[in-house]
Amino acid sequence: MKLLVCIKQILDPEIPVRDFSIDREKLEADSANANQVTNIFCENALETALQLRDSVGESSITVICFGRESAEDSLRKALAMKADEACLVMNDLNHTPDSATTAHVLASAIESLGSFDLIFTGRESGDWGNGQTGAYLAEELKVPYLPFVDDIKQTDKGFEVRRQTESGWERYGIPASSVVTITNSDHNLPRIPKTRDIMMSHRKTITRVSFEDLKIRKDELNPQSDSVRPVKLFVPEKESACEFIEGENLNAKIDQLADKIMEIRSTL
Amino acid sequence: MSETSGNGSDILCVLSSNEWDRSAEGLVGAGRLLSDKTGGKLIAVTLGEWQDSALKQLGARCHQVRVGQTQVSVSGGIESMLDYLVKLAEEIQPASILFGNGTVEEEISPRLAFRLGGSSIGDAQALTISNNRIQVTRSVYGGKATAVMELQKSPAVVWIRSRAFPPAGPLPQSGSFETTVIQETSPESIELLQHHEDASEGVSLEEATMIVSGGRGLGGPEPFEDLKALAATIGAEMAASRAACDAGWVPHSWQVGQTGKKVTPELYLAVAMSGSSQHMMGITDARNIAAVNTDPDAPIFKHCRFGIVEDYRNVIGPLTEKLKSRKK
Ligand SMILES: Cc1cc2nc3c(=O)[nH]c(=O)nc-3n(C[C@H](O)[C@H](O)[C@H](O)COP(=O)(O)OP(=O)(O)OC[C@H]3O[C@@H](n4cnc5c(N)ncnc54)[C@H](O)[C@@H]3O)c2cc1C
Ligand SMILES: Nc1ncnc2c1ncn2[C@@H]1O[C@H](COP(=O)(O)O)[C@@H](O)[C@H]1O
Repeated sequence: MKLLVCIKQILDPEIPVRDFSIDREKLEADSANANQVTNIFCENALETALQLRDSVGESSITVICFGRESAEDSLRKALAMKADEACLVMNDLNHTPDSATTAHVLASAIESLGSFDLIFTGRESGDWGNGQTGAYLAEELKVPYLPFVDDIKQTDKGFEVRRQTESGWERYGIPASSVVTITNSDHNLPRIPKTRDIMMSHRKTITRVSFEDLKIRKDELNPQSDSVRPVKLFVPEKESACEFIEGENLNAKIDQLADKIMEIRSTL
Repeated sequence: MSETSGNGSDILCVLSSNEWDRSAEGLVGAGRLLSDKTGGKLIAVTLGEWQDSALKQLGARCHQVRVGQTQVSVSGGIESMLDYLVKLAEEIQPASILFGNGTVEEEISPRLAFRLGGSSIGDAQALTISNNRIQVTRSVYGGKATAVMELQKSPAVVWIRSRAFPPAGPLPQSGSFETTVIQETSPESIELLQHHEDASEGVSLEEATMIVSGGRGLGGPEPFEDLKALAATIGAEMAASRAACDAGWVPHSWQVGQTGKKVTPELYLAVAMSGSSQHMMGITDARNIAAVNTDPDAPIFKHCRFGIVEDYRNVIGPLTEKLKSRKK
């Protein structure tokens, strides 16, 4: 079985608010203050694929990223987690294209790599939070699509997957070659690679693919061709002065807390 | 005169939950906001089974209601819904198609945009029209920044935080109704096998007016039982941070935040959670936030109206007792 996982590298989303600032020219976050990391949902996706491989055996996992040179680190980490192959579609543009364009580029690259039994993406990325690339990718490839998946089993007909909903979950049967987006759950926390595997990952080759290889014309990928683009980006000002409840002793403090809660409740 | 380029000036609001609740009101309110600007018609599109009384509310507020009758559930018949919406959009040529916030809406929007040659984005907190284009205000970078995104291609397919939009009043004249039976696309490429609802009493988290929420600092599933007792005393619903859900302590349907529920209670009591920007994205529209946390520098306090720096273990039990006696 051949599995493919789409991986995106992003600015570390867990940096504290005080270290976050904006590049007003480029309308994106300043990259100087934070590390580049693999998007967490992509790691959940890889973990889900690894577990599927463990359960069926005889499978290979390819990870693919459309990104800059720095994205090699994310691909190496995926190899250290025991993905089999890695492919970097090099973005040498001056901007980061929107989800629709990204999916178009990824779809061309995936087609050039061959066919896959299941394609994984994360549910959304921690920078722009679009949550659209997986859907666009399925449309580009003209294959079935199921988002918010957190569990996958192989069946005779394809796969049986669990999808999280607002109020619980659903199980679906999906055919082979579908695109699924993966969300976090208590059983797909990404594994920590072993030191030995990290060292081994540096010996593996990462296949590099250029726009020319995919016969995509770069002049079709300018910011003007994006269907969605930022026109403003700012840090919202939002701090309220918290009243810290003080008191002679704990009992007095909890009394005040109860008062405040009842006060709000009485307005309902 | 149309203010948007490309397609026409009409606005479609697609309602896939079958109730006239605050969410539906906000969605129609957002639609009116846009149709007032474009000068086009506001057309409500319903999926699923709707009561006459709810349809009447829609009819009073929209120029037209297109009732889509279907035998299958929306989530079990995604391809059928998509085919239906594509046909409808091709007929009406709307400037924009709006959805509310839900996992099905999030799934459909980009696929519909792709099939119509439009553009899409989600989680809109505000909508405007500028340069003949629909602009969407939304939180990005895990809530650390706010962006205004411009949708270049028409139709602009957008799912919105419906409760963040003010409801619209009735129009002078009631809208017309048209019913279509949604044809089932066969075969559906995916097959719904089983549907499970997590146990919940009370109302949905999104509609809740009081919420008690727990984080990683609780250290395990057991303390959530104490939080539940507290919540029960004041009639609150339960929620959690992603860390608590990922640990398997509580179901994922409790998660609030960037990738969880967006809630709008009068009181959100955050217990033993740090207040990460991603979590705060789910509670920007809460009226009052309060916290119990041992760390006075925890970011959550920057968003609170009041809070108490204390170990939750010393607070929750006595607080529950006091609230019980006050209710008497
Ligand atoms: C792309 C992306 C999407 C995300 N989406 C979400 C989302 O939707 N929702 C979400 O919640 N998170 C989300 N996160 C995760 C988020 O970044 C944080 O990791 C998470 O919210 C932390 O949860 P927490 O506050 O419970 O835990 P922590 O940050 O670990 O905070 C625990 C808090 O408990 C306090 N504490 C410890 N012991 C006690 C005690 N005895 N009494 C009182 N207080 C105590 C500590 O002082 C600390 O402040 C997302 C992250 C990413 C990257
Ligand atoms: N540049 C990229 N390279 C590889 N995968 C990507 C890229 N952008 C998005 N994806 C995939 O699509 C998912 C959702 O991303 P987004 O639509 O940007 O929120 C991510 O979790 C990835 O799996």
